[in-house]
Amino acid sequence: MKKLLNTLYITRQESYLHKERETIVIKQKDEKLGQFPALTIGNILCFGQVSVSPFLMGYCAEQGIGLAFYTEFGRFLARVQGKQSGNVLLRRTQYRWTDDEQRSAEVGRVIIAAKVANSRSVLQREIRNHGNNILLEKAIVHLAASLRSLKVAKTLDEIRGIEGDAAAVYFSVFNELLRNTGFAFGGRIRRPPTDPVNALLSFVYSLITQECVSALQGVGLDPLVGFLHRDRPGRASLALDMLEEFRASWADRFVLTLINRKQIQINDFKSEASGAVRLTDDARKNLLAAYQERKQVEVMHPYMDESVPIGLLPHCQALLMARHIRGDMESYTPYMVK
Amino acid sequence: MTEDDYLYISALQHCAYCPRQFALIHVEQVWEDNRYTAEGNLLHERVDSGVAEQRQNRRFERGVLLTSHQYQIVGKMDLLEIEANSESDSKRYFPVEYKRGKPKVENWDRIQLCAQALCIEEMRDVKVEEGAIWYWEVRRREPVVIDEALRAHTIAIIEQAHVILKSGKTPAPVQDKSLCRACSLIDICSPDQFRRDRSMKYLESIFDENRVVDISGDSE
Repeated sequence: MKKLLNTLYITRQESYLHKERETIVIKQKDEKLGQFPALTIGNILCFGQVSVSPFLMGYCAEQGIGLAFYTEFGRFLARVQGKQSGNVLLRRTQYRWTDDEQRSAEVGRVIIAAKVANSRSVLQREIRNHGNNILLEKAIVHLAASLRSLKVAKTLDEIRGIEGDAAAVYFSVFNELLRNTGFAFGGRIRRPPTDPVNALLSFVYSLITQECVSALQGVGLDPLVGFLHRDRPGRASLALDMLEEFRASWADRFVLTLINRKQIQINDFKSEASGAVRLTDDARKNLLAAYQERKQVEVMHPYMDESVPIGLLPHCQALLMARHIRGDMESYTPYMVK
Repeated sequence: MTEDDYLYISALQHCAYCPRQFALIHVEQVWEDNRYTAEGNLLHERVDSGVAEQRQNRRFERGVLLTSHQYQIVGKMDLLEIEANSESDSKRYFPVEYKRGKPKVENWDRIQLCAQALCIEEMRDVKVEEGAIWYWEVRRREPVVIDEALRAHTIAIIEQAHVILKSGKTPAPVQDKSLCRACSLIDICSPDQFRRDRSMKYLESIFDENRVVDISGDSE
């Protein structure tokens, strides 16, 4: 199994990153903030006013170190992409399959089934830990019906329909999972998120999306061409497909933990004139630290039967996706919480 | 197929070692260096340089370019010793291959040497009876008899390699796990995962609404 490499989150405004021999150096004006051997780094995520030397950019591209830029609020700006892997056969097959309605439906179906199953698991666990809840129970029954429908779904439209319905049901009871007064959830709002829970979800979803982009590139797949998510210029559609496996199982649970353990508080958020809500700098740092910590926790991979750190799950799934496309497995095996 | 597409002789040992490794490298273009491969590259760099030498009735040619149209393979011979026989007009062609490691029981290295011999036989219209492999780790030259059995094995590997390249398919992992331990591609290949396809069974459990989920280890 591949080793989980470190991710650098650069949040200090006016930081400057450059290359010194085989290390990455972080400076702010004349002060050296840190220095890391490049071999230990898998990804660098820059938030806000952070500059990177072109030589370091080239080096990251060459070494396969993911480099992405976000606004301070976590809105994606750009990523630096290196040379593509030489596995042309893999990518050609990916393009052929994603162009084919039936193939796309086959892969999409199992991904959404895992998403629904994982969402259901989150709700079931809540009941196990905190007692009966009529709203959750009804949702759990509904999601079982969603799974049954998915089992026989044939077209992408059907699958997307079932997914939309299941997501609506799941988010309609999401508020039941929050046990920190001050945090309420009235539904999923995205552009921009106008309440703290939505802001947290969006931020963590975008962090994990970048993990998926990196992982997919690492195995030679094209993150921009997906099965479920249709082409949109610049959108990492395949990474978004893969994210579906991790929304409930990783992102939502992480956000719930932060809120319910009071690691994030209501005064950790600032409102903009537009109504958009974002984390304060300190809160964002805390979140990233907790996120990093969470990535080190080992879980048993449900298909590979191997203990892997959570941070390596995107790589595992990317590998399974690639090998499915190359014919090693009859079906793709999405991540399912076991 | 044009000469540009001919199979490299140096690829044959991968195919002999494990057809999946061969496919991952030559069909899927994944390549991961490990300590063994890096040292091997260094050794060959030292050996390839140099002009041909002549000592009495023996000629030493280095880095000899090889092609066989019959087998559609190309390559380079580390060292070719040509001994002129003073009585007859015949010459004795003796290929030598340089290897980083130790002599092996298996034929992997010998197949490479034999493939080189097949090329020289075609190119110069001669018969190559024997050659040698220089093993750097033990500083010893191992003689190799280019007999019928070795030729048959080599030709079989060449054919298998061509089939894999043409089909573009990657074979399943081999059963012998000891081969996997020494393979630099173990993380990419993930042999334990793909020896048996359990994906359909896994799917059943995703759709099983009565599945009991554990999610322990979280107090949330």
